[in-house]
Amino acid sequence: MNTATASKNASSSPRPPQNIPDKRLRKIDRTMRLNGYASHALIETLHTVQETFGFLDPDMMKYVANSLTVPLSRVYAVATFYHFFTLKPSGEHTCVLCKGTACHIGGTAEILRKVETMLEIHPGETTLDGKISLMTARCLGSCGLAPAGVFDGTIVGHLTPETVGNKLHEWRKDDADH
Amino acid sequence: MTLTIEKLQDIAKAEKASLESYRYQINVCVAAGCLSCQSDAVKAALEEEVKHQGKEKECIVRGVGCLGLCAVGPLINVSPPGAVYQAVQVSDASDIIESLTGNPVSRLELPIDQPFFKYQEKIVLENCGIIEPERIESYIAEGGYEALYQALRQMSPKEVIDEISTSGLRGRGGAGFPTGLKWTTVYKAQHHEKYVVCNADEGDPGAFMDRSVLESDPHRVIEGMAIAAYAVGASRGYIYVRAEYPLAIKRLRKAIKQAKHLGILGENIFNTTFAFDIQLRLGAGAFVCGEETALIASIEGRLGRPRPRPPFPAEFGLWGAPTIINNVETFANVAPIIRRGGNWFAGIGTEKSKGTKVFALAGRVNNTGLIEVPMGTTLRDIVFDIGGGIPGNRKFKAIQTGGPSGGCIPEQFLDMPVDYESLKEVGSIMGSGGMIIIDDTACMVDVAKFFMEFCMSESCGKCAPCRIGTTQLHKLLERITLGLGRSDDIETLKSLCDLISTTSLCGLGQTAPNPVKSTLRYFEDEYTAHIQQQHCAAGVCAIQTAKEAKA
Repeated sequence: MNTATASKNASSSPRPPQNIPDKRLRKIDRTMRLNGYASHALIETLHTVQETFGFLDPDMMKYVANSLTVPLSRVYAVATFYHFFTLKPSGEHTCVLCKGTACHIGGTAEILRKVETMLEIHPGETTLDGKISLMTARCLGSCGLAPAGVFDGTIVGHLTPETVGNKLHEWRKDDADH
Repeated sequence: MTLTIEKLQDIAKAEKASLESYRYQINVCVAAGCLSCQSDAVKAALEEEVKHQGKEKECIVRGVGCLGLCAVGPLINVSPPGAVYQAVQVSDASDIIESLTGNPVSRLELPIDQPFFKYQEKIVLENCGIIEPERIESYIAEGGYEALYQALRQMSPKEVIDEISTSGLRGRGGAGFPTGLKWTTVYKAQHHEKYVVCNADEGDPGAFMDRSVLESDPHRVIEGMAIAAYAVGASRGYIYVRAEYPLAIKRLRKAIKQAKHLGILGENIFNTTFAFDIQLRLGAGAFVCGEETALIASIEGRLGRPRPRPPFPAEFGLWGAPTIINNVETFANVAPIIRRGGNWFAGIGTEKSKGTKVFALAGRVNNTGLIEVPMGTTLRDIVFDIGGGIPGNRKFKAIQTGGPSGGCIPEQFLDMPVDYESLKEVGSIMGSGGMIIIDDTACMVDVAKFFMEFCMSESCGKCAPCRIGTTQLHKLLERITLGLGRSDDIETLKSLCDLISTTSLCGLGQTAPNPVKSTLRYFEDEYTAHIQQQHCAAGVCAIQTAKEAKA
């Protein structure tokens, strides 16, 4: 980050966290500005932070708290209350398995067990090498395709333990090739 | 720039004329269900192929909303001859374009005279699969925003509310509160500011009606909200939509932008003094935010925790102002009611439940997808005719309605007409419209445990009965499914259920025991088998491992 800009900003507005490129910060400032820096824009702003950085960084939470003049405790409370927000960076690849009713009836539990053994992690965790994050969703609303999951942002339906296993193998292999 | 009715009609005419200039229309479903089967690639391939065969002047390829039968996507509709093709792949594109002048491609054809299509009656979904959701012109060509014009220019707010009351429309979010009554309360409230909120936080697992409506016909919801705002004297609206629905969010954003650009949202709408603006608010994955007071708290940027009612949001809602909160499907019904009259709507359905209801069919049923049927259709018609029965001819066991707040309805009630009252009588609720069909491969104790796990982790923690009670219920169910249940567990379950329903603060806690209650009511023998014989008939529960653990 340009130190000259940083010191100029510091006097008038909350100090932005260090080492964060301007461009990403501008996105967050934009959301807050569009909402008139109102405290009720907190959730909207946290959405932008997560979209931009992939997770809610403690420094960013402080920055948002200062900018919107809400207590940091409230920012933290909101960030931890809502399941959509995550405080940890995710792995290179993300695998989200749907745990909705239709998917449950369709056998998600078995798929999840297989993935857990294969990756040696539980939902909400990332493999030690930082390659794959495993998550579960309440319901993707793709019940017509049950059991369904999201692999790196793409919804895939009619999953079986085999297809999911193959997909995860592929990810691992791809990365090994690099 | 204000929009006039002439301009609106011009847009409709131009859109229709441009469509009619093509001899052939190919409609590709681009709602989330088919998109996840790569329908966007199919659409691109078809467009490419049209160019390749030099048919650009006579054939148009459009991306439309949900065609309903999500089970066999990607779906496309070709007219003429009016054929529906299923499971279309990129490689089928050339055959489809070639067949335009000859016979339909028989290997892809989906018979459209089957019960799935025949028995449906569409009001909310009338535009789904017909219009292009991302173009306002397409909505206007089907009579869109005419109801808003009619309300603003030819009706008083009171007359609009009367029309809604006459129609007998009830809240489609689940509780079934009369919409006209809710609007009247807000209309009568004296306050300098009022709000209209659309609840699009479709959190029930197994429900995707609202998502499909938002993805297929977003303008209909905006029009419904604008009419509501005019009726009660509000000038601002919010749509609270799940962050898990990126496509719905994208299309809503686009729709709001287009409506603002045309002057359908903003100041002096249709040259009247009426002004209305809509903002989008994203949920962040909390089921409890579907509860109206929690939803309001979330829009205000706070923790989504409910508060005691009364006062109801109609009197004390968003930022303390009188607020209408209605579900997506409720708003989607408003424009047709204004256009065609409350009496027309009241003529459909049963005595106490009017109109149609959109259901999301899923689980062990052949035709999973989105359907709309008149209130009063029997469960048997829905499951076996429209739904096409159970795959592999397995035995029907139960149908789960109303998500985690609902219950499981066993076979003996299959001939029951579906409406708010009858569902309640048998221990379930209408809910938002998710219907999960369960066959004999599922264990009902496991199903109850599944919902309890859901309620336990979604409980916001504010009140003790819900926070602690759901955890205790889950522990008991866990124990039973492991084959470690005790003989008095069923009694404990029953008394805990009553305690939680009567003492919880909000709807989440009050209805959380419903799945346990209803499975106990109809499938107590399964509970007993787990407890006394350590036997799970469906073979779902991990009893074996527990036995081994004990040994």
